Amino acid sequence: MSDSFDQISQQLKRRHRKSARLKWLSMGALGLAGLFLLWFFTDMLIKGLPAFQQAYVETEISYSEEAAKDARQAIDSDLIPIVSRTEIRSIPLLLRNEPDRIGSRETRWLLANSEVDQYLKGHRSKLSDKEIATVERLVASGQVEQKFNSTFFTQGDSKTAESAGILSAVVGTIMTMIVTLAIAFPIGVMTAIYLEEFAPDNRFTQLIEININNLAAIPSILFGLLGLAIFINFFGVPRSSPLVGGMTLALMTLPVIIISTRTALRSVPESIRHAAFGLGCSRWQVVKDHVLPLAMPGIMTGSIIGLAQAMGETAPLIIVGMVAFIPDVGASFTEAATVMPAQIFTWASEPEKAFVEKTAGGILVLLTILISLNASAVVLRKKFERRW
Amino acid sequence: MNSMSTQATVQTPGQSAERVEQQTPAVGQPYTRNSEASHELSIRVRDLNLWYGKSQALSNISIDLFQKNVTALIGPSGCGKSTFLRCLNRMNDLIPSVSISGLVEMDGRDVNAAKMDEVALRRRVGMVFQKPNPFPKSIYENIAYAPRMHDMVSRKADQDELVEKALRDSGLWNEVKDKLQEPGTSLSGGQQQRLCIARAIAVQPDVILMDEPTSALDPISTATIEDLMDKLKEQFTIVTVTHNMQQAARVADYTAFFHLGEVIEYNDTKVMFSTPAQKKTEDYISGRYG
Amino acid sequence: MQTNQLLLIFCSVLLILGLIAFFAGRSKAARLRASGTSMYAQPDQYAWFAVLSTAGPAVLVGVLGAFVLLLLGAEIHPLYLLSASLVVAAAGLAVGVVQVRADFHARKAIERVIRWVLAGAALISIFTTFGILISIIFESLRFFEMHSFWEFITGTTWNPGASFLAAAGRGDGSGAQFGSVPLFAGTFMITLIAMLVAVPIGLASAIYMSEYAPTKVRTIAKPLLEVLAGIPTVVYGFFAAITVAPIIVNIAGFFGLDASYNNAVAPGVVMGIMIIPFISSLSDDVINAVPDSMRQGSLALGMTKGETIRDVVVPAALPGVISASLLGMSRALGETMIVVMAAGMRPNLTANPLEDMTTVTVRIVAALTGDQEFESAETLSAFALGLVLFAVTLTLNLVSVIMIRRFREKYRVNNL
Repeated sequence: MSDSFDQISQQLKRRHRKSARLKWLSMGALGLAGLFLLWFFTDMLIKGLPAFQQAYVETEISYSEEAAKDARQAIDSDLIPIVSRTEIRSIPLLLRNEPDRIGSRETRWLLANSEVDQYLKGHRSKLSDKEIATVERLVASGQVEQKFNSTFFTQGDSKTAESAGILSAVVGTIMTMIVTLAIAFPIGVMTAIYLEEFAPDNRFTQLIEININNLAAIPSILFGLLGLAIFINFFGVPRSSPLVGGMTLALMTLPVIIISTRTALRSVPESIRHAAFGLGCSRWQVVKDHVLPLAMPGIMTGSIIGLAQAMGETAPLIIVGMVAFIPDVGASFTEAATVMPAQIFTWASEPEKAFVEKTAGGILVLLTILISLNASAVVLRKKFERRW
Repeated sequence: MNSMSTQATVQTPGQSAERVEQQTPAVGQPYTRNSEASHELSIRVRDLNLWYGKSQALSNISIDLFQKNVTALIGPSGCGKSTFLRCLNRMNDLIPSVSISGLVEMDGRDVNAAKMDEVALRRRVGMVFQKPNPFPKSIYENIAYAPRMHDMVSRKADQDELVEKALRDSGLWNEVKDKLQEPGTSLSGGQQQRLCIARAIAVQPDVILMDEPTSALDPISTATIEDLMDKLKEQFTIVTVTHNMQQAARVADYTAFFHLGEVIEYNDTKVMFSTPAQKKTEDYISGRYG
Repeated sequence: MQTNQLLLIFCSVLLILGLIAFFAGRSKAARLRASGTSMYAQPDQYAWFAVLSTAGPAVLVGVLGAFVLLLLGAEIHPLYLLSASLVVAAAGLAVGVVQVRADFHARKAIERVIRWVLAGAALISIFTTFGILISIIFESLRFFEMHSFWEFITGTTWNPGASFLAAAGRGDGSGAQFGSVPLFAGTFMITLIAMLVAVPIGLASAIYMSEYAPTKVRTIAKPLLEVLAGIPTVVYGFFAAITVAPIIVNIAGFFGLDASYNNAVAPGVVMGIMIIPFISSLSDDVINAVPDSMRQGSLALGMTKGETIRDVVVPAALPGVISASLLGMSRALGETMIVVMAAGMRPNLTANPLEDMTTVTVRIVAALTGDQEFESAETLSAFALGLVLFAVTLTLNLVSVIMIRRFREKYRVNNL
């Protein structure tokens, strides 16, 4: 006769405790991952949100004859270390373009120097005591203010932190992504259709399949080596251009699109194909008129996720030269351009403290775009999800 | 047995049969005692109801299960016999939507009570499943694992002995003694099922539940397992679900006929198959439905 | 004439010819049908066939010509190429229209063409792999002409500086040393730290989600974990360098240890966090694929839930978990941005993770971003490093695929 319940329960106590420990441990692991996510986003917000605020100085500018030659004459000498150098430098240029301004005066809000900006945000700055006194006086009189940093969204990169913006990178990203999608989407979908609907199950098809899975796991930097050796050195595609960047990323995105398209095609039940074949449709007609429309939401979802992945990629783009100083918004697919992650990388390598803020600000913009892309993919999937 | 509470005083089968009849008129015929079989009470079930969400799967089940007997549960598929079986070792706990009322009593304790440790219960009420499910371990480990965890063996020699005994009791020893380190999944279906039985008896439970243990097996393996059940009832109380009435007639001392979540008839197997008391039972046994 | 203009002319003429082919083919087919002939295909299908026979060969000739022109440097005037391809287009148009006959299977012909085009698309992924292989192998061979393969594999000093001078025409480059051992040591150290973070947390999260978590927690936690995989690596790199590295230095300082700001721990830990979702989501799938009968079998023996998971479920899922870890490891080895931003530049052969050390990918980036001659040994060394990286990750990926295939066959699950 075996032990009674009480005896067994007694023996079990230690084992129950152990069992509970595993539960708490595994829960703790998930919690740890969650905590990290929380820490990461808080840290980025704390570092990055100030980038959307920028100090401006209300300055009286006198467009005198001297100012046209030496811009430092145009404003109060006290303000010279406080106003951004880019603003001061632009005055002679303005006067050359509009000579009839000479002799007039004007009061405008000018960008403040990044040191002033950092000082007002409570960071360390290189301002001298005298300059700090000036800034404090101007703040008291309302002539220095923190305003929404529109420069950040309307300008390209700059060597001076206060006038650096992300626009050229955003445009570069859009152009690169157009190239990527234009190449990867049709080829990816066609490949998936071939493998899923047409291909015989032979060695060759298996080779393609293994190859695609492997491509999905190859380090992205190797795609950069391919872009450099083949696209740039062999085919002569212009270096640093959205064209070469987009082509390189397209090859990287291809496996993602192929795999998700295949999953979408596979989720269309066989019965629909049989029904269409039964009506005398040819294989291509079945695919084009019946299978593809049903699989389209899945294909779109996969493509958006692939696009978001490509959008955050940096390593291969460094290799093909897309990490470059691009102050102007690009206009052509064959001219040098930069993309958002590359811009973030460039800013992160700047030693100035003000650029840390820019970097984090750029990261927030990038993350916002990526999260909305992924969210739209999720919504798309939810909306069109079908249970067969 | 002597630790029973006053409320559930020790009952002779006759008394409990009366109670069954009083409380649950659904059980039409009180079973008569099988003269050869033991009639010491093992598990007492009273007014057991079970719902999956809102739909009721068992209604007012009240039967007594006797020690060192084979009790077969028969009935058409979906009648609740497997569900009932899984109430006896609380395997239904694993399904979140299940709710249970009524009494399942073993050793004077309410199995469903909050205080009852379901792990301790399962230690005493083992189970063999419809499809053989050996662990992805060696044949030896499949059997040695649980006794070791239960601290039933401390020395390696004891463990070897226990494995051998369990394999001998399940009639598998001669077939596997030379390949104990091979994976359990390398055996044939019938051997796997006997391995699962060996695994269950190695922890020395009081009761072994068998959920259609032969339905996935070929006729020869089925016969082997039926013989095994006959032997094992000398040591264990066996409750088996079967979809096969011939099997029930062959191996069971008692048989309960389930229909739509109720026990229509519970009786000595010979009586039940020769002179069923209920029309429904007769129809089922004679193959009118099922 | 500019290439752009030529391309424009080619496209527009082709478009016009295509339109002519479509309408000519359709009207001829319609006429034939109206006259009472029974035909194998619809008029539209004849029309599309005509378009294909017009455009297909012409584009093929154009592309082939451009290829010969650009790559082999053959002296053909682009205008000849243009006219040749347009002549082919016109011929194709004629054939296409003539083929509009009752006994011609236009639909089958179109299907055949479509099939070939789709197969051609599928070939591109193969070309990509070959492209990567060819590009790194050829440049690596050039590197190994300059420096011995043996020295590259076994040397413990990586000092490419002198080769830069040699390429610039100063010095003979004899001082340059390309011993990759310190780079691989750094790579493996950081990968090891990453795996020490990712495997326990990833596996434990997967266990919690598949075995314990209520559905609600699961539906929230799963996408949240996926967010970790969606964060760009450049962002992780910034986070590792700016936030995590100083914390590591402080913690080390608290214990009286001296840590570099470019220590291996910061990028390792952050990389590990990045890899968590790869391991957790695949492990989760695999654990879910372990049949429930295993769990029930163990529980029915009086095992606790924890024992069931530890001794039955996880061992059964082990091939999948290992496969996931190998994939994660391959990702860690090839990860670039985190190490470029947070790890050091100095090749350093040490076992102390608090020191700065560099990795293969960092040196690849460093070699290819300077203003150097492409022919210099340092630039080419990037391809040699890439070759080794390719070989290692390819092996890991293949082993991983084989393991997951084994698991799938064992439990006959098809959704992995």
